[in-house]
Amino acid sequence: MPDIVSSAPPETKIKVDSLQFFYGSFQGLKNINLDILERRITAFIGPSGCGKSTLLRTLNRMYDLYPGQRAEGKIMMNGKNVLEKDQDLNLLRARVGMVFQKPTPFPMSIYDNIAFGVKLYENLSKAEMDERVEWALNKAAIWNEVKDKLKQSGLSLSGGQQQRLCIARAVAVKPEVVLLDEPTSALDPISTAKVEELLHELKEDYTIAIVTHNMQQAARVSDFTAYMYLGELIEYGVTDELFIKPKRKETEDYITGRFG
Amino acid sequence: MNALYGRRLLINRVALLSAMSAMAFGLIFLLWILVVLVSKGISGLNLAVFTQMTPAPGSEGGLLNAIYGSLIMVGVATFVATPIGIMAGIYLAEYGKRGWVGPTTRFVNDILLSAPSIILGLFVYAVIVANANHFSGWAGSVALALIAIPVVVRTTESMLNLVPSTLREAAAALGAPQWKVILIVALRAVKGGVITGVMLAVARISGETAPLLFTALNNQFWSADMNAPMANLPVAIFQFALSPFENWVNLAWVGAMLITFSVLALNILARAFFDPRQKN
Amino acid sequence: MNNTQVNTSEQSTQQGHYVSKEQQLQALSKRLARQHWQDVVFRNSTLFFALLVLALLSGIIFSLASKSIPIFQQFGLGFLTSSAWNPVTLEFGAATAIYGTLVTSLIALLVGIPISFGIAVFLTELSPVWLKRPLGTAIELLAGIPSIIYGMWGLFVFAPLFAEYAQPLMTKYLGPIPVIGQLFQGAAMGFGVLTAGIILAVMIIPFIASVMRDVFEVVPPVLKESAYGLGATTWEVVRNIVLPYTKAGVVGGIMLGLGRALGETMAVTFVIGNTPKISASLFAPGTSIAATLANEFAEARDELHVSALMALGLVLFLITFVVLAFAKLMLSRLSKQEGSKT
Repeated sequence: MPDIVSSAPPETKIKVDSLQFFYGSFQGLKNINLDILERRITAFIGPSGCGKSTLLRTLNRMYDLYPGQRAEGKIMMNGKNVLEKDQDLNLLRARVGMVFQKPTPFPMSIYDNIAFGVKLYENLSKAEMDERVEWALNKAAIWNEVKDKLKQSGLSLSGGQQQRLCIARAVAVKPEVVLLDEPTSALDPISTAKVEELLHELKEDYTIAIVTHNMQQAARVSDFTAYMYLGELIEYGVTDELFIKPKRKETEDYITGRFG
Repeated sequence: MNALYGRRLLINRVALLSAMSAMAFGLIFLLWILVVLVSKGISGLNLAVFTQMTPAPGSEGGLLNAIYGSLIMVGVATFVATPIGIMAGIYLAEYGKRGWVGPTTRFVNDILLSAPSIILGLFVYAVIVANANHFSGWAGSVALALIAIPVVVRTTESMLNLVPSTLREAAAALGAPQWKVILIVALRAVKGGVITGVMLAVARISGETAPLLFTALNNQFWSADMNAPMANLPVAIFQFALSPFENWVNLAWVGAMLITFSVLALNILARAFFDPRQKN
Repeated sequence: MNNTQVNTSEQSTQQGHYVSKEQQLQALSKRLARQHWQDVVFRNSTLFFALLVLALLSGIIFSLASKSIPIFQQFGLGFLTSSAWNPVTLEFGAATAIYGTLVTSLIALLVGIPISFGIAVFLTELSPVWLKRPLGTAIELLAGIPSIIYGMWGLFVFAPLFAEYAQPLMTKYLGPIPVIGQLFQGAAMGFGVLTAGIILAVMIIPFIASVMRDVFEVVPPVLKESAYGLGATTWEVVRNIVLPYTKAGVVGGIMLGLGRALGETMAVTFVIGNTPKISASLFAPGTSIAATLANEFAEARDELHVSALMALGLVLFLITFVVLAFAKLMLSRLSKQEGSKT
């Protein structure tokens, strides 16, 4: 069980304020309000299609890649609404990293996979870059497995290793927030355990938001949990409380398995 | 077994047998052509083919200037067509899904892909040769490049379409600008397929005769001047094959054999490099 | 932004001297502006090259059309219907070449379609799995052979055999049939319109066959399985399930082959006989648009002659354009239908 509120009281990192989201004319998110706290893990659970991934993808405006998708409302981060037109998307995404459901190693060496993102915003010397790559791979607990084959293709790794490589890649640019979209759903139990352990360490430095279809995982790793259903935020609170004594009937039905 | 069922089985057997003979027909023609090429070409194959110029009527010679001219023109055409084709292919796959430019260009490109190559020869004649007032190696290269471009555009686009959107998202999620997402991540992911496309384009233009007839024309002598008519293998074969001189006809068969086996080897090599069908 | 960028602070330490927050922000916004600018440049240059492809098409039509103006000024639309073609007396009519182009292509389709269909059926329904790829590649190699090779092979190998064995038989057995019989009369020379059509058939078979194979493969296995489940034979499945399902794609493939046949130059030039004449018999020599261009263009000196040839080219391009556009329409209809069903 994660320990909540250890030292200083956490600050709000991202404030979602009456967020609406549309796929064309279909409304994917309805009036979402919630605070994501700094250096905590926030989990989003709910049945497929409930909008949990959609919500995650508004936080780094990934939806902007696709026409016809739009968001209304406010997502405040560092005192600025990231949904505003003048928000530089590249910069936003450099600050809000993302890890996907399926591992997405780039078609290049393990080293270059990590260096790719770093080079975008920093001019590092070769030695500094080496150091950063090692640091990131260490953070993702994969350094020992790959340190002798940094020149090999990232595609040569196993699925679990690839996913940790992707986490290292996201961490390497030192983002402020890391978003994870069902990061373990394509992994075996052992790799899953490794990734979960990793999340626990990462939250020392980062604000983490994770979407998962696995309630046990949410209970294991997160400090806060949001239960979503049909595009609405049904309940949001401290994970232990939400799982032990949910306030809403819908949440209880879902977590006790009486629902879909 | 009743009569109706028997009849159905019979029809089935006849149909399948016809399909098999059709397959055999295709294979027989392929083999037939290859066997003819080897049997007629091999006897004339000697060192002189690669060391001497195309001969005057009645005298002996080789194909050196024609081979050289073909290599140069195909090389220049590939060099020009590859970046143009890749860039246009990128536009179609990455930006051109909406609006009118993308769909229209895709449509036009597909037409040009199958358009008669002799028309491109006419076009280059009208635009370049007629204005410069002389045939040239450059004009030949341009005609070949115009044939190669649609092939490269098409393969680049369809290869990029195979790149899963999550890979693009992953690169964008690091804050990469779109041109880096496309060039460094997406294009690199399908590098093999794009190279295959370029190789197929090279194979295609290597054997093209019609567009060279009135652009590069031909040249009996050694010439490395791209501004002058240039010897090339296909047109040399054409002229020699229809000539009344036996040694010219023989030389045409040697050239035919060389060109066919190079083109087929290139085709097979390209496929070995990357087969789109193998990828999911 | 009070929490500005761990990244940029890194940059400052690396440069080894103190950089104020202000300067960091400036450097960052410069970098962002540059990225944005690069993106715009990249996007527009890809757009430029895409437009180049469009310009190529309009350039072709425009240049051919403008060069054919003199011939239409001289002969009007009669150019298209006149069968006179004499560069010496400067009499030009496109009818013989258009006729030859259409007839050879028609023969190519009549011969080529059933064989292509058979090959596609064999490759998708009959072939053992391990043979599919090599056989498919072999058929595609047939498409890879340069057309001039088909021409040489047709002239030196096929035509003599055709004249000696096939043509007499045709005259004997098909000749007596009323109406059709006329087509198979005359001297068995080996070359001529019929020979050109047959060689074209061999050339377009691989194109049609591979399109047919590809569209046959999109038929959902469930559909076929349910027909097999009712006790249908392989042929019945092809006839009643595969073919109706892929109709549009099959027509598209055939049109694609037709487009190839219409514009094919070298193979036809070798065997058609290059005589600007329309004959009742398919054994007789004729000419096609592409063959006329290949034979006469490089030597054409007179402006009117060049213009006539350019106009022939324009006619050929417009015909193939329509055929290929139709092919494309049919093929996209199939993929749309497939899309709506999945």
